[in-house]
Amino acid sequence: MSRLRAVVFGVVGIVLLGVLWEAYKAFGPAAGFSAFNTQLLPRTSDLAMPHLVDMLTRTVQPTNSSADSQPVWLAVALACLSSLGTAAVGLAIGAIVGFGFALLMLRFRIAQAAVLPWLVLSQTVPLIALAPLIVAWGGRIQIGAFAWDRWMSVAVIASYLALFPVAVGALRGLQSPQVAHVELMRSYAAGWWTTLVYLRLPASVPYLISALRLAAASAIVGTVVAEVSTGAKGGIGRLIIEYAQSGSSDPTKAFSPIAGAVLMGLAAAAIVALVGLSLGRFRRNEVAT
Amino acid sequence: MSAVDVIGVSKSFAVKKATVVALDDVSLTVKAGEFVSLIGPSGCGKSTLLRLIAELDSPTSGSIAVFGKTARQARLDQSYGIVFQSAGLLPWRSIAANIELPLTLHGVSRTARRERVAELVELVGLTEFASSYPEQLSGGMQQRVAIARALAERPGLLLMDEPFGALDEMTRERMQAELVRMCAETAAAVIFVTHSIPEAVFLSDRVVVMSPRPGRIRAVIDIALGDVRGEKLREEESFFAGVTAVREALHGAPESTAATNAARGVDSR
Repeated sequence: MSRLRAVVFGVVGIVLLGVLWEAYKAFGPAAGFSAFNTQLLPRTSDLAMPHLVDMLTRTVQPTNSSADSQPVWLAVALACLSSLGTAAVGLAIGAIVGFGFALLMLRFRIAQAAVLPWLVLSQTVPLIALAPLIVAWGGRIQIGAFAWDRWMSVAVIASYLALFPVAVGALRGLQSPQVAHVELMRSYAAGWWTTLVYLRLPASVPYLISALRLAAASAIVGTVVAEVSTGAKGGIGRLIIEYAQSGSSDPTKAFSPIAGAVLMGLAAAAIVALVGLSLGRFRRNEVAT
Repeated sequence: MSAVDVIGVSKSFAVKKATVVALDDVSLTVKAGEFVSLIGPSGCGKSTLLRLIAELDSPTSGSIAVFGKTARQARLDQSYGIVFQSAGLLPWRSIAANIELPLTLHGVSRTARRERVAELVELVGLTEFASSYPEQLSGGMQQRVAIARALAERPGLLLMDEPFGALDEMTRERMQAELVRMCAETAAAVIFVTHSIPEAVFLSDRVVVMSPRPGRIRAVIDIALGDVRGEKLREEESFFAGVTAVREALHGAPESTAATNAARGVDSR
């Protein structure tokens, strides 16, 4: 029953947003509203705020006037798939490295003191500043037949964002067992690795799942922003810029890749949720005694 | 050979520059198969003593031998099983898998494990719950699983740190009766920390009464109410005599200051 309610409220929320958009377009001031030379409310022209119906119609029309042009929705979907792949690679790298950091911090208290501040600091470096650097460094890598590609830079930047929540979440999870559990393992003469495998890893699963959910969202944002700032081709970030540039002549087209990016983020969250479902055994609430 | 020999053991903790003496020159011998309770108010070091025997902590001075070995060797050899106040079951493992855990960790074969687990769930009367998960069991049932887990490797010594402390009175009395039965079946020596006088009297061959600050043994009282202990025993004269003896040892100390200290923190259940 509560699940049905959640679905209904979700749908109502989306519909409400659409109604708000159309209502403002219909009744808002045509020139918008500005005070002290600052535009506070947007104009309601078709150029600034196209009708929702027009946006939807535009998605099924061809991308451009050439004969073999794909419909917009297909171009957006393909770009999303490409970005999702890049983000997945970034998430995987970020998760593995982040978990490695967590293990290191768990094993050596001194590492926790040494690494954690740097991890926090690393997240304050603006992504945009990092992108050209990574592209430049990556460009110098060439090992045999392997050559660095732009999308790899994007994946590295995405992993940089995904790393932090995983490292912090995993560390909290690995440290979550009760004292009694840890002492029990000690009474079994279990070593560090045995305790890790039988106690700390299973106990960390709920923390890991929520960390991964955060990390997936970060990886998606990182991918889109990195695609924009590195100019990597084929992804949704590039498409957002490309379509926005044709805004004055084709205003409805710019909204498709934005919607695509939102759906991509939801898809990533859903994939993590599915992984979480398969680990349900480890997510039973701690028994109260 | 005695199960446990504690000789002149002291333990002090450093708490913010000050030193707290948890145990001061404590000596105690527990014979094989004997049931000994440690009782006393909070801060008398009874749990500390248990933890030292389990080698979850090491003494500041003095020596501890478990079946003639050092405490450390005894832990590595799995000479004891331990039960804490919280059952401490792993929530992602079924009841059978929880009981099986120590056997799995020590490389016992799958068939041997399965047989032993079947015996143990039978012993603690939870056969039909073997494939359930801890959250589906009541507190008393969880504690029975913890006891079964502690007995998995047939230790000669069972260490219990207020195992029934979180249970309600009815469940508690039932668990005590079951513990008496299980101990008779396994013939393990038991060191049982409690602050309930009736519990100590009902279960024990001997009750060790401790006093706090610094933790010392004040008296050792022989109880031994016989091998068959049913619910009726709780209403018999010998039981009351034991309760009175322990209570007087706890409260009626020669130094009046120690007596008030002792009275605090002891609930006369």
